[in-house]
Amino acid sequence: MNLQQDSRQNIEPEHVPLPGHDVPWVVRARQSAFERFAAHGFPTRREEEWKYTDVSAIGKRASLKPAPPDPTSDAAALILFRDSGHLMVFVDGHYSGELSAAGELPAGVRLASLADMLNEAADLPEAFFDQLHEHTIFAALNNAFATGGAVLNLAPGTVLDAPVYLLFIASGQGAAIYPRNIVIAGEGASATVIEHYLGVIDAHNFTDVVTQISLGAGAQLQHCKLVQEGSGAFHVAGIHAEQAADSRFVSHSFVLGGRLTRNDITSSLNEPGCLCTLNGLYLLDGKQHVDHHTRIDHIAPSGISREYYRGIMNGESRGVFNGKLLVHPGAVKTDAHQANHNLLLSRQACVDTKPQLEILADDVKCTHGATVGQLNDDSLFYLRSRGVDAALARSLLIYGFANDIIEKVGVPDLRARIRHLVLERLPQGGQIKVML
Amino acid sequence: MLTIKNLHAQINGKEILRGIDLNIRAGEVHAIMGPNGSGKSTLAQLLAGREGYQVSAGSVDYLGRDLLAMMPEERAREGVFLAFQYPVEIPGVSNALFLKTSLNSIRKHHGLTELDAMDFLHLLRDKMKLVGMDESFLSRAVNEGFSGGEKKRNEILQLAVLEPRLAILDETDSGLDIDALKLIADGINGMRNPERAIVLVTHYQRLLNYIVPDVVHVLSQGRIVKSGGAELALELEQHGYGWVEAEYAARNAAQER
Amino acid sequence: MDGQAKKRLEVNMTTVTRQLDELIGREYRDGFYTTLATDALPRGLNEDIIRMISARKNEPEFMLEWRLKAYRHWLTMTEPQWANLHHPVIDYQNICYYSAPKSEKDGPRSLSEIDPELLRTYQKLGIPLNEQETLAGVAVDAVFDSVSVATTFKAKLAELGIIFCSFSEAVQLHPDLVRQYLGSVVPYTDNFFATLNSAVFSDGSFCYIPPGVRCPMELSTYFRINAKNTGQFERTLIIADKDAYVSYLEGCTAPMRDENQLHAAVVELIALQGARIKYATVQNWYPGDREGRGGIYNFVTKRGDCRGANSHISWTQVETGSAITWKYPSVILRGDNSVGEFYSVALTNHYQQADTGTKMIHIGRNTRSTVLSKGISAGHGQNSYRGLIKVLPGAENARNYTQCDSLLLGDQCGAHTFPYIEVKNPSARVEHEASTSRIGEEQLFYCTQRGIAPEDAVSMIINGFCKAVFQELPMEFAVEAQKLLGVSLEGSTG
Repeated sequence: MNLQQDSRQNIEPEHVPLPGHDVPWVVRARQSAFERFAAHGFPTRREEEWKYTDVSAIGKRASLKPAPPDPTSDAAALILFRDSGHLMVFVDGHYSGELSAAGELPAGVRLASLADMLNEAADLPEAFFDQLHEHTIFAALNNAFATGGAVLNLAPGTVLDAPVYLLFIASGQGAAIYPRNIVIAGEGASATVIEHYLGVIDAHNFTDVVTQISLGAGAQLQHCKLVQEGSGAFHVAGIHAEQAADSRFVSHSFVLGGRLTRNDITSSLNEPGCLCTLNGLYLLDGKQHVDHHTRIDHIAPSGISREYYRGIMNGESRGVFNGKLLVHPGAVKTDAHQANHNLLLSRQACVDTKPQLEILADDVKCTHGATVGQLNDDSLFYLRSRGVDAALARSLLIYGFANDIIEKVGVPDLRARIRHLVLERLPQGGQIKVML
Repeated sequence: MLTIKNLHAQINGKEILRGIDLNIRAGEVHAIMGPNGSGKSTLAQLLAGREGYQVSAGSVDYLGRDLLAMMPEERAREGVFLAFQYPVEIPGVSNALFLKTSLNSIRKHHGLTELDAMDFLHLLRDKMKLVGMDESFLSRAVNEGFSGGEKKRNEILQLAVLEPRLAILDETDSGLDIDALKLIADGINGMRNPERAIVLVTHYQRLLNYIVPDVVHVLSQGRIVKSGGAELALELEQHGYGWVEAEYAARNAAQER
Repeated sequence: MDGQAKKRLEVNMTTVTRQLDELIGREYRDGFYTTLATDALPRGLNEDIIRMISARKNEPEFMLEWRLKAYRHWLTMTEPQWANLHHPVIDYQNICYYSAPKSEKDGPRSLSEIDPELLRTYQKLGIPLNEQETLAGVAVDAVFDSVSVATTFKAKLAELGIIFCSFSEAVQLHPDLVRQYLGSVVPYTDNFFATLNSAVFSDGSFCYIPPGVRCPMELSTYFRINAKNTGQFERTLIIADKDAYVSYLEGCTAPMRDENQLHAAVVELIALQGARIKYATVQNWYPGDREGRGGIYNFVTKRGDCRGANSHISWTQVETGSAITWKYPSVILRGDNSVGEFYSVALTNHYQQADTGTKMIHIGRNTRSTVLSKGISAGHGQNSYRGLIKVLPGAENARNYTQCDSLLLGDQCGAHTFPYIEVKNPSARVEHEASTSRIGEEQLFYCTQRGIAPEDAVSMIINGFCKAVFQELPMEFAVEAQKLLGVSLEGSTG
């Protein structure tokens, strides 16, 4: 699908006020990214990577035009942790200084708004706007229109204890939202970043986000993403990490809301001794469609990767998982394990899963597993034999299934919050909540 | 308390229980022994309400009610407890949450207030000491990654917390070393009282050295072929099950004549 | 492990690697070719060629119609590119689509009429076509280049009402059966290679087992490509009527030639109510030489249809030959309670590439499928498992278990796994497990510490790795398969 000339006129970057519009390289980068997007258009289901996810509705129902800043929006009520952490709030993709509270940052840590950096023509973002980083065509679209997002830069050896909490609010204009985040952790640095997408409306608004992560030798990053978009929202995202020697990258992806969510999460273990963990949970209902495409590239020896994804499908929802694991020639002593488990709870729900191994080195240990099924009868009986009624037992088992993933989150506040969100969705969740 | 009359049961059309008669009164400890495949575990699971068994004849009366008509959770709430031979692992659900859900379900049934977190923890701590479990156990998922001995101890802990009227222990002694066996036996002995009946299903006499039963039954090919006092277990230990079965066959033959 | 032991083990590993090379890198055994007078059509493909093939075979009108429909459809198709395979462009106009040994005008009527040279060829391959010499309990249909040259034990089978003959003969003698079932599992529009086959297929085997009959012997087809620049396009059709049973074996070899040769076969299996079909293949087409020159391009469509309730189809394959293998023996589980199975060992050595696996389509209630795939990659070999488990909304209580394991021998080869799982019924249970490993140092050390020579240990381990699949093969084939893998039976016992 190529973009029609008339719709193109309307949304070309030069016609929209965007950060960095005075900076030549920014303008060039946006134009060429837009050309790439316009030439290719939205992917179709004929492309293997989009086999199970039809994104044509985005073009039909949502606007691609970036939302303008709206200073009147009152999103303050939605903020999760006001007191702890370093909070940055983005409303419709635009940084809100008023709502944010970055707090005290240790020396060597810089947390800035991308829009400011683009306007100031800072050098740093330039390297992150090149084509090499475009994993999907949506990344090109994001390159063309990125309005804001956070840039976290940690000098070597710096340790940020409190999480950086990035809250993205879709406030209700129905226009497209293009956040772009960049995280750079120098040698031995460590931090936790939370990306929280919250939709307060049911409009078909479209969010296209890219997060780029670069980890120096021995650096550690815990990245948590929570999607709670509105019921009509389209959310397409890329999270892409590059890892240097002995670094540790842990990614958590929780999808509880939104009409259509597609997360591409990739990590490249470029040097020896890296550890990469990708965890995910999707709890779906109604007509929700969630697709996770993950890819782990073991390029250097002695890397360890672990991947645990779980899906719970109710209503007419559809859960898609595609986990690619590549062991490149020479990446010996790779130890990789991947598992995707799915619970299908209703007649109209469905699951498509494709765990995929591609191994080109011999001294490796790689396993994967995928299951689709229902609650275990033995477990149900065990609970009932202890006096728990069948409905509550079922909810408890679903909770347990989800909690296995939630437990892995290293931020207690967030963990608790996700637990509650999950319990709110279970028929007997209220009863379980009081017992926690 | 529990009266079983002429109970016949099948799994997938294969008859496993072929006419069980058993009468258990409050305060008693019964041991049900028998060789592998004699139907011991089937009986235990059937009493707890496991699906998959077809009862073709007979009845089970529990405190004046038809036990077989009750749902598994109803039986549990009315005081029937089964310590599983193979306790089930429930990933993601902590022992604390599991036990609290269970205990409160039972308390609610009896019109008692549900315990709050503090009271529950208090109760649990005491009981955990009984079976030698430490605090970290509470946050671990139910039976997940537990050793065989830990799983069995967990069953006894649940027994102690839930305080049932009728406790059925299915091979709770299997796979335990001597220290663990003693610990578990102490736990069970501590639970003996005039209000409560205990049924020990076991293959070996070993457990009965520590928990002396009032009655010992021998189950063979789905029938109780002999009942006696605690000394019967010792005889079985020495001479095996063969002679009891032979004696039963002879008796039956005589009756037919 | 201390330094000394480690060093010893490394030495052992070198021995092992060398030994392994010898084991699996042996020269191709069946690479000779036979000089025979042949009747061949000119190279290239057009409607005239198809008419000539049909005329050569004296086919009824419906067959020609069907071929032409397929050909016209094929012209609208393009070669699929999705497989993990790389090969030069195939020039479909440079292939000879029909080649047959020139024997008596109407083909051999009995074994005595067969060209003795041909009989010697099969003798050399270990496939005696003389009924007195054949393996006890195996009836053979031998297909040489494009035509069936001999079918043994026909008369004996006919007593039971079993039809076992060449496809050409079936078209002449049982046109109604052919018409009813041909293309009913793999329609002529199915895929590029199957459509090509539908247009040009020259022969193959046909088998019909009447209701309630248990076929008393193994039926077997032996395929041989001999002529140069010839494609082999055979078609096999097996129908097991109600409550019938048949076990079927298929073997293949080809001479060593530097050019690549195309093999695009179609196999259709139909199991009616309560019927069971076991289909086993030992595929040993010429794989090409150490540098990757020559070898067969093997693009095969095999599919079974469990059409009736309680029917059962199992595929077992040992794929050691061919430069390229593209093959997904599948089962459509239409009947309630039907069962589909796929057991596979695929070995790729030198520059061989295999993209193989299965599709299990669950449609009926209580349908069950099992997939067990073992891939072994050595040299520069690339081995891909590609599978689809699909559970449709009406498939209550469908069950699938899939296990696919890969073994890597050397650091230049690759193992790939592409399992697709699509579930649209909440009562289904689908489990997939996969692992990739090399022969573990621990395993080897354990064996050598118990006094087993490293080469025996490797044999033993590979044999153990494939055992679950070999168990599904009839005895003679299992032995053959183990030999093909270069795995001696010694050391596997005890």
